[in-house]
Amino acid sequence: MKPSSVRAAARSNEIRDFESNTSAMKTTQLASDGALTGAEGLSRRTFLQRATLAGGGLALAFFLGREEAFAEAAAGGAGNASGGPADGFTPNAFLRIAADGNVTLISKNPDLGQGVRTAMPMIIAEELCADWNRVNVVTADVNPAAYGSQNAGGSNSIYANWDRLRQAGAAARTMLIAAAARQWGVAAAECTARDGAVLHAGSGRRASFGSLVEAAAREAVPDPKTLTFLSKADYRLLGRRLGSVDARAIVTGRQEFGIDQVPPGVRVAVFAKAPAFGAKVASANLDAVKKLPGVRAAFVLEGNGTLDELAPGVAIVADTTWDAFGALDKLEVNWDEGGAAKDSWKAAQEAAEKLDPNGGKEAKKVGDPAAAFASAAKVITGTYACPYVAHAAMEPQNCTAHWRKDCVMEIWAPTQNPTPGRQAVAKLLGLPLEKVVVHMVRAGGGFGRRLFNEYMVEAAAIAQRYEGPVRLVQTREADFAFDFYRPGSFHAFKGALDGRGRLTAWQDHQLTFGNDGKPVRAAAIGAELFPGPLVPNFRLSHTLLPTGVPTGWWRAPVSSAEAWALESFLHELSVAAGRDHVEFLLELLGEPRWLTPGNPGTLHTGRAAAVIRLAAEKGDWGKPLPKGHGRGIAFHFCHRGHFAELAEVSVDEERRLRVHRVVVAGDVGPIVNRSGAENQVEGSVVDALSVLCLQKMTFEEGRAQQSNFHDYGLLRLPQTPRIECHFIESDYPPTGLGEPALPPLAPAVCNAIFAATGHRVRRLPLIDDGFKVT
Amino acid sequence: MATFELLVNGVRRSVDNVSPDTPLLWVLRDHLGLTGTKFGCGMALCGACTVHIDGTAQRSCSVAVSKAVGKAIVTIEGLAARDGALHPVQQAWIDEDVAQCGYCQPGQIMQAAALLARTPKPTDEDIDRGMNGNLCRCGTYQRIRKAIHTAADLAAGEARNPANIASPAAVPGVAPLPGAPKVASEPTDAKKGKKKGGSQ
Repeated sequence: MKPSSVRAAARSNEIRDFESNTSAMKTTQLASDGALTGAEGLSRRTFLQRATLAGGGLALAFFLGREEAFAEAAAGGAGNASGGPADGFTPNAFLRIAADGNVTLISKNPDLGQGVRTAMPMIIAEELCADWNRVNVVTADVNPAAYGSQNAGGSNSIYANWDRLRQAGAAARTMLIAAAARQWGVAAAECTARDGAVLHAGSGRRASFGSLVEAAAREAVPDPKTLTFLSKADYRLLGRRLGSVDARAIVTGRQEFGIDQVPPGVRVAVFAKAPAFGAKVASANLDAVKKLPGVRAAFVLEGNGTLDELAPGVAIVADTTWDAFGALDKLEVNWDEGGAAKDSWKAAQEAAEKLDPNGGKEAKKVGDPAAAFASAAKVITGTYACPYVAHAAMEPQNCTAHWRKDCVMEIWAPTQNPTPGRQAVAKLLGLPLEKVVVHMVRAGGGFGRRLFNEYMVEAAAIAQRYEGPVRLVQTREADFAFDFYRPGSFHAFKGALDGRGRLTAWQDHQLTFGNDGKPVRAAAIGAELFPGPLVPNFRLSHTLLPTGVPTGWWRAPVSSAEAWALESFLHELSVAAGRDHVEFLLELLGEPRWLTPGNPGTLHTGRAAAVIRLAAEKGDWGKPLPKGHGRGIAFHFCHRGHFAELAEVSVDEERRLRVHRVVVAGDVGPIVNRSGAENQVEGSVVDALSVLCLQKMTFEEGRAQQSNFHDYGLLRLPQTPRIECHFIESDYPPTGLGEPALPPLAPAVCNAIFAATGHRVRRLPLIDDGFKVT
Repeated sequence: MATFELLVNGVRRSVDNVSPDTPLLWVLRDHLGLTGTKFGCGMALCGACTVHIDGTAQRSCSVAVSKAVGKAIVTIEGLAARDGALHPVQQAWIDEDVAQCGYCQPGQIMQAAALLARTPKPTDEDIDRGMNGNLCRCGTYQRIRKAIHTAADLAAGEARNPANIASPAAVPGVAPLPGAPKVASEPTDAKKGKKKGGSQ
């Protein structure tokens, strides 16, 4: 092991600063909605603390946030992190080594398929030099005082925790080595650690971690600033392909998801909400429902005024899911739609037909677009329409809540973002926060849907009223009818080219949804999105249509919808200029630099150019193809990830589209788990293709019009292209992969369709543009 | 309401107080505690609830319990051998690290196992046809295809090199909150395998 110096520790401070900066920038709107804030506002000071275990062993608690949180947690420490009986001092350890050599690592964030339960412990295990086969992973409960922010959002888990997880592993390794060196009477610097043991090369001595833990627990806990980290060349886990720690449980059916929680005596609840968003319950046939087989209770919940938490509705509690669903079918509610949503997607489409690229309320202006258009050699315009989409995670929304006799609300929630849900439950039910206990259970997909916690609030409200444990399960139809949808949007673009085919001006008038002059959540216009900020004359404007439809974060928020329009129009411009699109993109990027000087949370033009070149090279850009085939390429930057994607498609006379191959080139810094990383990329491609080809939610009279997978399709196995994934493993800090590989896919495919057919796709999904996806 | 005798994973199970139109899915999950079979759509559109009935892959959300009487039902919990040896499809799913969230995978695995039982060496086209009805929102299809080929090789006893380093099987469960009151606990077998306090 070759320590790579304390530079890394210094860098960690930098990173934290950047993290605060960029998250403040990127999540302005998030914070205003209370999502993704958690405990991140607390001091970011981290520190390590040793814990002594009665059974002998080393536990390192690695705290983030307020120092006093450690004392609080320690004082209240009744259980222990591995779920066994209390054995002395039991803080929230990230890391615990038992005398038998088994290592327990805590995964602090929710896992909904993005793989952090494998990736985050790998980082600790690497620096610890642990034997991966002796590692057990345990998910933490919700305790932001001890763990800091615990959420799965913004592709942030790896980036935000990289340093502290490495520090936890390196500190324990340092203590184990110090203990061995002391026993052997040699210098610690002469010892190394590997595969769960400390070695002394000079004498050939070897001591297992298990044999050292008692002595190691007496060693001083090193100051994180003094720690040394492994160099990349010495990594034995990071960068390799490790299978998920949950794989065996999943393939044998033993993995518990939210919907599988069965506390003793649990009943099944359903909660009927209004078909038109925001309507209130006027009356319901509760007496008739209560007489139905298996029904235990039926009652109205008034709602607390925010659809994010508790919408008005009727709760039914029954013995079994089938009883509850049966009662739901027989429930008749008269809804008071006085204040309800009136949205009409048809009306929005009509409004968009008149969209003028020069109109709208100006949101951003750089240079002199009007002058640039006046002197342009060519002016190109283009319109694009992108619908609302739903999340449609495979596990329908659900949550289990137990209102206990000791007045504790215990909740098992498949959530991406437990803290705001816990706070909302406490507030609604008038409970102190510590009386709301939240277990983070695995979620069957999130994609941003589970950043919202209304199911948690509903389950808790029903459980308290019912005075017992309930598992709230939404039907698939209810899951579609009440979502926090990705908002639809329309663009009227105008671009200018000079006599040499260079892009000189870019205008985007976006029609989207908003109330009181503000875009609704996730409808914000991305002024920082590529390519606007790189064009010398740039104007962004918007027009807002009023809406009552709840909107929310959908995987790669804003980017996932906008990149299609932006990168398609950019391609229109390079075509109009008669230029090669790759060359056109590279010219636009110019010299290598951060887009915001000194801020590595922003696009780096050199990293962007590198992934574009790599995708072009690996994807055979420019090589001949048969008639009816075409290649398209697109680049996008979001969530600190630089991604270029190349798609190869064919389209026949009947517009049967086949996506044959997708080549992805990405730069997210070093790769943690190659298997998990590639899985995220492959999934992003399929997800993006699914939305592009098949998906839209429409609303009329304030009601969702799609209800299940027959009218809201997901891509299927036969339609899946060959996906090739290439990473540029730059030396920048590792960043997340849940989102940034998704946005470039749609424009890459549509640019390829243009190359194959000359047809420019201007509205989504493709099935609405006459395509059949094969 | 009636009582039904079912043969599930080789064991005779009796469920009572069940209406005959109850989908097999909910009998498995709510009455027999076999929660590996998942609810996705309730309309046989997604395949998350796939089980084997007399060796055929079927959507348990759309098979009434009364129609499953007298037939051999196998769920994801019963796919491995009695001694715990994994079915080749399960092993291949681990080797190829297929799952992301994992919610649809029991259904995918049951569908793939049924496919291989009929077509031991499937072509890509066989896999397209056989797996077309199983949705995966995480988009693991490329790995599913590869894992089915791997499973076919495994079943044939052919040599292979797993793509991924296996990880130790995690102990399922979550850590209790320090300082929080203990969960009101009853014996764990009340949670698993037994009929929960439903139909009293």
